[in-house]
Amino acid sequence: MHSESALREPLILGHRTYHDITVDLVKPIEDKAPRMWYILITIAAIIAAYGVGCILYLFSKGIGVWGLNKTVDWAWDITNFVWWVGIGHAGTLISAVLLLFRQKWRMAVNRSAEAMTIFAVIMAATFPLIHMGRIWLAYWVFPLPNQFGSLWVNFNSPLLWDVFAISTYFSVSVVFWYIGLIPDFATIRDKVVKPWQKKFYGVLSFGWTGNAKAWQRFEEVSLVLAGLSTPLVFSVHSVVSMDFATSIVPGWHTTIFPPYFVSGAVFSGFAMVQTLLLVMRKTMKLEAYVTIKHIEYMNIIIIVTGSIVGVAYITELFISWYGGVEYESYAFINRATGPYWWSYLAMMTCNVVSPQLFWIRSWRRNLIFTFFMSLVVNTGMWFERFVIIVTSLHRDYVPSSWSMFHPTWVDVGTFIGTIGIFFTLYLLFARYFPVLALNELKSILKNSGESYKNEQANTHHH
Amino acid sequence: MAEKIIYAVYEDPEQLKSAARKLITAGVKVKDVFSPFPIHGLDPIIGLKRTRLGIASFMFGITGTALASLGTWYFMIYDWPMNIGGKPNWTWYHNVPAFIPVMFEFTVFCAAHGMAITYLIRNRTLPGMPARNPDPRTTDDKFIIELRTEENHGHTAEAMTEMLRNTAVYEINERQC
Repeated sequence: MHSESALREPLILGHRTYHDITVDLVKPIEDKAPRMWYILITIAAIIAAYGVGCILYLFSKGIGVWGLNKTVDWAWDITNFVWWVGIGHAGTLISAVLLLFRQKWRMAVNRSAEAMTIFAVIMAATFPLIHMGRIWLAYWVFPLPNQFGSLWVNFNSPLLWDVFAISTYFSVSVVFWYIGLIPDFATIRDKVVKPWQKKFYGVLSFGWTGNAKAWQRFEEVSLVLAGLSTPLVFSVHSVVSMDFATSIVPGWHTTIFPPYFVSGAVFSGFAMVQTLLLVMRKTMKLEAYVTIKHIEYMNIIIIVTGSIVGVAYITELFISWYGGVEYESYAFINRATGPYWWSYLAMMTCNVVSPQLFWIRSWRRNLIFTFFMSLVVNTGMWFERFVIIVTSLHRDYVPSSWSMFHPTWVDVGTFIGTIGIFFTLYLLFARYFPVLALNELKSILKNSGESYKNEQANTHHH
Repeated sequence: MAEKIIYAVYEDPEQLKSAARKLITAGVKVKDVFSPFPIHGLDPIIGLKRTRLGIASFMFGITGTALASLGTWYFMIYDWPMNIGGKPNWTWYHNVPAFIPVMFEFTVFCAAHGMAITYLIRNRTLPGMPARNPDPRTTDDKFIIELRTEENHGHTAEAMTEMLRNTAVYEINERQC
């Protein structure tokens, strides 16, 4: 067994045995849910139901019920799409990239972050689907033989690349997540006593045995899926950015978009992980597993990606002047000083200035401050997409077609509704699924657990 | 003589590993090991060959690349060539840069799903399969070595049990085959 430097902070606090980890994570599933859970899921479900209602209304009337007009023909729908896809990126980054870099702290956060990815991508996929207007024809995005002769989808179009990117990303994330869940479901199956729970987790665990060959294959599959997911996650948001970057709209036609979008996505995704985990560790009493150190690590990633985003904003501004294209430079001057100055200001403050506060150690280890900042960052990232999309469109080349975007109640209801659906799904996950990768945690217990580290340090001294 | 299965239960993966090493040195064949998490360094001790799932994944991946190449050629070049912005789709190799994203995504799609399905089938873990671990504690905090007398005709069950008692074993269970 390899031992770990005593200087590294422990990842599992207090004295715990393998059995304690099982109990800590299976007990919330066996017990009756706390009152708080019922309150939260009721609120989330009401908001979700309202969102579903708005979407059904949209189907019955057509997308004219949104505030879109001839100039601003993409607005909240695509803003929300990019925002949700971006949030999803943190889960894959944690589970895949940190696995390749052998970062052990990922094990306490990967499961819930991956769940967040999946739910966020579902919410993201909703927007392109409903924005088609006639959702029953959504299968037209796939290259299927059709009744119009040999007419195929256009493989030169970034919108089609997006269909492939999002569907691959979603399905691979689900598989990666589920393969990690199987051994944990087996643990629950062997621990619970209620017959329906035994049956339920028995089916979910696929008859997992945990023999030597199964674990060997498990590790190989995790490694290869991590290796495949890493370029995949970078490609997904690059392709999303190409929906804009390959057009010739001033403000969109920018080669910096792919890396800028990817780092923005990771930035907002980690903020959402913080929002969810800070609540979960408190309500489910997981303080021993999701420690202050874990929160600090994630805040450091927020500083890094936030700074990359800041540099990208400034580079973009510089190039709009240096490139010498009048339309391009007007697009950027208009962003900062035009009628949408307030959204530009919100974006700059939330995404560039605020993450820099995390350079102060005591602040990035402060839970209340971190929670507040996670909300600020996600607000800022929503505004970033709004700025890119709406302010680039609203002043067309001909001043007679200049206009503003005014969201209708359906725009607002659909967006808020997806937040409700997201939280409903997440709360169901937190109630019925193992929220931490408990078997992975057991594998690091004896070299990263607090009491074992202290023991090792003491034996070395004597 | 009836054949027997012996289960030696351990509380720590390191103790199990040194026990397995002792058994193998004494010429006893270890049938299998059950554990709540992967035990690193165990595979060479009990003589487990490396899995070929990685190779399978590669094969699935290049199948995906080939299918995506064929598809883009068929849809965009052969069946319905289009002239977009004065850039006609006459040849695949001139147009391939625009097809790279889809080819990449489809490669990943096939490699990941092909591998995952192979993994589930090879492990015989599929929806509705019954639990097949010998003891429910192996998914919690116990580590089990399984020995079978039918594979170890050079040793009696008693001799093997004696050998196990000399390791840091937690409990020993026997079962008729």
